[in-house]
Amino acid sequence: MCVTHGMNKDNDAPALAVKSLGHAYGTRRALDGVSFEVPAGRFTVLLGLNGAGKSTLFSLVTRLYDAREGTIEVFGNDISRAPGEALRRLGVVFQSRTLDLDLSVMQNLTYHAALHGISGDDGRRRATEMLEWFDLSDRRKDKVRSLSGGQMRRVEIARALLHRPKLLLLDEATVGLDIRSRADIIGHVRRLVAEEDIGVLWATHLIEEVTLQDFVVVLHQGRVLAEGPVGEVVTANGGRDIRSAFANLTGADRPRTASEAA
Amino acid sequence: MTAAHSTAPSHAGFSVRQYAICLIGIVWRESLRFLHQRERFIAALVRPLLWLFIFAAGFRQVLGVSIIPPYETYVLYEVYITPGLVAMIQLFNGMQSSLSMVYDREMGNMRTLLVSPFPRWYLLISKLSAGMAVSILQVYVFLAIAWLWEIEPPPIGYLAILPALVLCGLLFGSIGLLLSSLVKQLENFAGIMNFVIFPMYFASSALYPLWRVRESSPLLYYVCQWNPFTHAVELIRFALHGKLNWMALAIVAGTTAAFLIAAIIAYDPARGFIARRGGPGGSE
Repeated sequence: MCVTHGMNKDNDAPALAVKSLGHAYGTRRALDGVSFEVPAGRFTVLLGLNGAGKSTLFSLVTRLYDAREGTIEVFGNDISRAPGEALRRLGVVFQSRTLDLDLSVMQNLTYHAALHGISGDDGRRRATEMLEWFDLSDRRKDKVRSLSGGQMRRVEIARALLHRPKLLLLDEATVGLDIRSRADIIGHVRRLVAEEDIGVLWATHLIEEVTLQDFVVVLHQGRVLAEGPVGEVVTANGGRDIRSAFANLTGADRPRTASEAA
Repeated sequence: MTAAHSTAPSHAGFSVRQYAICLIGIVWRESLRFLHQRERFIAALVRPLLWLFIFAAGFRQVLGVSIIPPYETYVLYEVYITPGLVAMIQLFNGMQSSLSMVYDREMGNMRTLLVSPFPRWYLLISKLSAGMAVSILQVYVFLAIAWLWEIEPPPIGYLAILPALVLCGLLFGSIGLLLSSLVKQLENFAGIMNFVIFPMYFASSALYPLWRVRESSPLLYYVCQWNPFTHAVELIRFALHGKLNWMALAIVAGTTAAFLIAAIIAYDPARGFIARRGGPGGSE
């Protein structure tokens, strides 16, 4: 499978560069001076408890609304000034399900293709390729309503990759899934990074989804508390592992495990 | 540091063909959804047909209509209210379409649309066009049934009405779109439906000619004159008889442009209500 497209400008810039980003809902500040980078072709975990500001950050990065403070660049393209260029390089899986339940899997995918200017034939070809990659070929004609939660998530990820983005954003993609489906989803996404050189920003509050090979950005109460390779973040914050480092950083006694969160 | 917004957002890179693919994709999706929701299709037809078969038949003897343009002779009351019912179909559809946007926003489907790299104004106009296309389909099915009920406008009227339906469909869609941007939850929207649809419908020339309204209440007459629905009804009424009401056209075109611009601003990522309130997903 070839899911990315090369662009010279893209090779020099980080996949995502967030600088001094701030956002408030009325008087309540959801993000305050947030800065971090997501390297191209790496798996980066945005780790934060519920209410840390992860979904607000996703809304700003995907330009659902504009950042009033700070800048966001996707492969060097400012999301406010060149939204088209930035958004076509992004694939997004939101926390809430965004599939049309009454349409078939294939219809959902070809609709997304049209939203990126991809013609019907090309869209169907790409969709077939994606469904094969995500082991969903046999469900392509089924209505989304009939799929399990894990299968819906895989369809959403397949859809997010259909226009061949170079950066994939996933907001709490495993919430509500059983252990097997969760492992399946993470496995697929990690394979994308390894085999297809796609940068991933994986937002989660589940600490066991972080591995030693990852980059991590710790977001807490709208601020970035730490950023870098997991090993460095652990060392710098006096922890034995990412769990204790996170606890030291945020003051949380113990981050929630997946079983507690389910 | 503050993000600069001085330069206009750039959406370079898409060809005209790709813009067309996007538009067709949105219309196709909306049509599929409509066809899958048979109850919606039936409800959209039953409502005006009830008015035509029961209300109009019952009031035929009570409410006489004198000769007023575009009619050149006395007409039955059923004939008089048919354009109003056509406009009602489009008004309900416009609001229904907005209702689906509020639903999509709550469910998160709206995000799929809004993170497309095409300009947001184009996505919104495409969405409006999709709703308008569905409403035109409903209108023609209604007119076919009405023809069996001996509502027989001149054949040219069926063609002449099409541009009027396009314009009115966009007008009601734009009003609905603007309303949907102001409403945070689906429950609130039901209230606005009652405060918008029924007043617009009753305070218009849909059910009674304006000269009759003026006779009974000059104030209501002025309200009707200010109601864009009145002019949409008149535009459709004249078109259905192969004529053009220039004033109605100017007012409908003007209000469509005004509501459309307001709706686009309301959904603008930098300036709109959506940004101030927490965004189309509502989540923070």
